[in-house]
Amino acid sequence: MNTPSELKYAASHEWLSPDGTVGISDFAQDQLGDVVYVELPEVGREVTAGDTIAVVESVKTASDIYAPASGTITAVNEDLNGSPEKVNESPYENGWLFKMDVTEASADLMDAEKYAETAE
Amino acid sequence: MVPFGGWDMPVQYAGLKAEHDAVRNSAGMFDVSHMGEFRATGPGALAFLQGVTTNDVSKLRPGRAHYNWLPGEAGGLIDDIYIYMVAPNEYLLVVNAGNIDKDWAHLQKHLAGHDLTLTNESDQWALLAVQGPKTLELLQPFSDTDLAAKKKNAYFAAKLFGFDVMLARTGYTGEDGFEVFVGASEAETLWDKLLEAGIAPAGLGARDTLRLEAGFPLYGHEFSDTIHPLSSSYGWVVKDKEHLGRAHITAAPQQKLIGLKLERVPVREGYPVYADGVQVGTVTSGSSSPTLGHPIAMALVDAAHAESDSFEVEVRGKRHPATRMALPFYRGA
Repeated sequence: MNTPSELKYAASHEWLSPDGTVGISDFAQDQLGDVVYVELPEVGREVTAGDTIAVVESVKTASDIYAPASGTITAVNEDLNGSPEKVNESPYENGWLFKMDVTEASADLMDAEKYAETAE
Repeated sequence: MVPFGGWDMPVQYAGLKAEHDAVRNSAGMFDVSHMGEFRATGPGALAFLQGVTTNDVSKLRPGRAHYNWLPGEAGGLIDDIYIYMVAPNEYLLVVNAGNIDKDWAHLQKHLAGHDLTLTNESDQWALLAVQGPKTLELLQPFSDTDLAAKKKNAYFAAKLFGFDVMLARTGYTGEDGFEVFVGASEAETLWDKLLEAGIAPAGLGARDTLRLEAGFPLYGHEFSDTIHPLSSSYGWVVKDKEHLGRAHITAAPQQKLIGLKLERVPVREGYPVYADGVQVGTVTSGSSSPTLGHPIAMALVDAAHAESDSFEVEVRGKRHPATRMALPFYRGA
């Protein structure tokens, strides 16, 4: 399982980068299976850490995505509308979900090492 | 692994889509040992089964099987089942895993006055469903029976990899295939032999997308104790005969089961369906279709709207257009 060390991870499998980009972990995409649809938040929306702000759907099931930080949504990955499979192919790069202007990250985020232990 | 009817079942092995595609294009297998098996034996077996089912069991011959229903006394279905005629006065009923106890109690209640023995053999049998267009060519080298000569719904004893099994040319995927009844203690070895023969293991996830594409109702979704079974287009399962719950079954259904297609957003069981701004029904099963590449769903809608072409399905508070699509969504070669 790939867990880049520069990212922080939520127990619910979202990752947050230092520049405020959010996606789901390699573990999460593998568990979900083939992603067929991603519902993204509106740019400009203000969110509180823990809010349900997006949905990633695989063939079988819909999974809520929770904000790993409080702040404002500044961009969403429009490519996922036509190519949701990027979440599987490239969960940490081309498959990112949205970017936020972070005011405060959730206190519960884990570093890569700790997340890798919990996600086994 | 997920709990399912008291069994731990794999939802997926190689990935749902890969497994689904294997069944559509080659061959895959499902361990459906959780299904229940009841054996009805005795001179009164036929009369008993005729009274508790809707299809005409008298039309079966030894070595033949058919799809059938157990109607409820107060409407709806107790279960939808398969009946295999083993020999004169001997039938095997295969019932849904989640309904084994309920079906058993229901059948026991109606045994009085009939000369037969009903036994629950669910724990003795494992059931492996091998499905897909290449099933025949992959299995034939390992059996001395001419499998190609067996028609759909045939049920027969055969040797497979040296094991004594019962084979049925039946399935729940919309593809050709065989279901293999094997003694529970031999199932694991047989599974490994089938793997070596090139048959891909498939889980419950793919089983559900395959049956949905093929338009097959699933008990607990399209059928239940309360849903009128003739909401579906399976009216042929009800024959002209006397049976339990007859008056309910012959009443006109208030709802119809329809197929829906969506552009992008998958819809799931329980999502509300609208027509002309008014809720007219509910999604009973929905998924992205791996074969068709877009979301599909079955929905129960008010009979008055069954011929409409345009609907909307509400997904997380937002309504998305849905177009009626004829069932089945997919028809195998």
